[in-house]
Amino acid sequence: MINKLVVENLKHRPVRTTLSIVAISIQVTMVLTLVGLSKGMLDEQARRARGVGADIIIRAPSSSVINTSLNMPAGIVAFIAKNEPHVAAATGVLQQGTDLLNYVTGVDLEEFDKLNGGFRFVAGGPFQGPNDVLVDSYYAAQHKYHVGDTVTGIVNRSWRLAGIYEPGMLARLVLPLKTLQEITANSGKVTMIYVKLDDPAITDEVIAELKQKLKDYQIRSMQEYTELFSVNSVPMLKEFIYVVIALGVLVGFLVVFLSMYTAVLERTREIGVLKALGASPGYVLNILLRETVLLAVAGSILGILLSYVTRFTINDVIHGSLIQSIVYIWWLIAAAIAIVGAMLGAIYPGFKAARQDAIEALAYE
Amino acid sequence: MSDAPIISIRDLRKTYHVGEVDVHALRGVDLDVQRGEFVSIVGPSGSGKSTLFHIIGGLTPPTAGSILLDGHDLLGLTDAQRTELRKTTVGFVFQKYNLLPTLTARDNIEIARHIAHKNGPLDPKFGDVLKLLGLTGRLDHKPRALSGGEQQRVAIARAIVNHPAILLADEPTGNLDTENSTAVLGLLRDLNQRLGQTVLMITHNPEAAAYGHRTVRMRDGRIE
Repeated sequence: MINKLVVENLKHRPVRTTLSIVAISIQVTMVLTLVGLSKGMLDEQARRARGVGADIIIRAPSSSVINTSLNMPAGIVAFIAKNEPHVAAATGVLQQGTDLLNYVTGVDLEEFDKLNGGFRFVAGGPFQGPNDVLVDSYYAAQHKYHVGDTVTGIVNRSWRLAGIYEPGMLARLVLPLKTLQEITANSGKVTMIYVKLDDPAITDEVIAELKQKLKDYQIRSMQEYTELFSVNSVPMLKEFIYVVIALGVLVGFLVVFLSMYTAVLERTREIGVLKALGASPGYVLNILLRETVLLAVAGSILGILLSYVTRFTINDVIHGSLIQSIVYIWWLIAAAIAIVGAMLGAIYPGFKAARQDAIEALAYE
Repeated sequence: MSDAPIISIRDLRKTYHVGEVDVHALRGVDLDVQRGEFVSIVGPSGSGKSTLFHIIGGLTPPTAGSILLDGHDLLGLTDAQRTELRKTTVGFVFQKYNLLPTLTARDNIEIARHIAHKNGPLDPKFGDVLKLLGLTGRLDHKPRALSGGEQQRVAIARAIVNHPAILLADEPTGNLDTENSTAVLGLLRDLNQRLGQTVLMITHNPEAAAYGHRTVRMRDGRIE
């Protein structure tokens, strides 16, 4: 019975109810999109790192996990190949950021081929000259590039598109290592060294040996390295997510506060009637809290659906190299955030209604 | 059936504090109402009729005096106890019907049962009451689809669905035309005669008051 009253009350004011649900859904979508983007981008980076096919990754001392790597001498590659008997192949790559989200990677294709068999081309092929670029099919499709086209805007130069490869390996843009080293004043430097062993089972032993020889360098198994791609590893990302969550709670609070406050004012007389019929303050509060939870749940469901719209927009419509994932566990977290915000917003109107004097309420015009 | 009055009021006083001013709404009311009686209360505005109703209905506590309602002493009741009293002992009918606009006539009646923790199907005998009230075909309509007379009849059904000891009707015909007024008053009298429902009715209208067994006149917070 009480649920029927709750539903009928919400249906009675369709515009107010719809606006409340939409407002709550926007904050849910906001949280889900941000978390989905963080997860999507990090997973994509981890996937590309795994796609290299190496067993060990070596990075300069003091590097942080995401994109702020320092460079180190390329001579280490030769040193490792010479001194470590179980190293089957090793190659160094140079990474250079092109904008906030993308980076280009300088690769020595000959060494890279030994590591994993090289890029799998869907069109064109390897570099023909020092001013060639390779892009993955995702980037090519986004920018409508074909083999032979001129690619502009990468480290302030124009490049000839030599080949388009299957995505999932290193970066979306690949330049000849030497060229990238020269134009970025990094001659003889690399950002990462990928090492493939003849027997992956002895990875830990080889790492221990390498750590003896290359003190302070960051040497990790590929598995350990890719596991580092989490929200915790990106500076300030967690804090940023917290800020968005706080904003979400605030939006939910304000929307529901206003919605419920006007509902309580509008229904003053009805509250008086319920009290005259013997409804306790708890009964009246219960009605409003149920309405609030229903609004928050409906808003959460709509918000989850809208997060698929933002994912489609981000992944397939906008050419920004952004990737949004759907993170199911956050459906519950985002819904809980929406419900908490909404409940906070319902507290004051709810108590105002519950404590309403029945005689005054019945006299309310 | 006991011969003790269902309502027994002695020297009942109610003082409201409005700002720094004390308003003496009731100044010593004495009244007995027997079980099964239909009593009309008349009096000018401000005579204390509504305050007396609100106290009998457990909507506000008295300031002093004694009031026994179906054996319950209302003077020392807490808010929660008065809430319980409204669930079980009294039923209200208001001038403005006061149905919940979002619910159908049936649900307006059902919610009174739900509040009183009475779930499950309606008592079949209550079907006869609904027939008597002429509501059988109108139960699935919302208040906006019902005439004033029909709404007031739904309000009466709601007021008596939990079999209260006393039905309190505050100007029940105040918003109705003559034809509907006559019908509603006739129904109150029928409920009183057929079911033995005790009825207390406030009215301004002497013709309406004449439906009761007796009329009590109030002036300046006292019964004349």
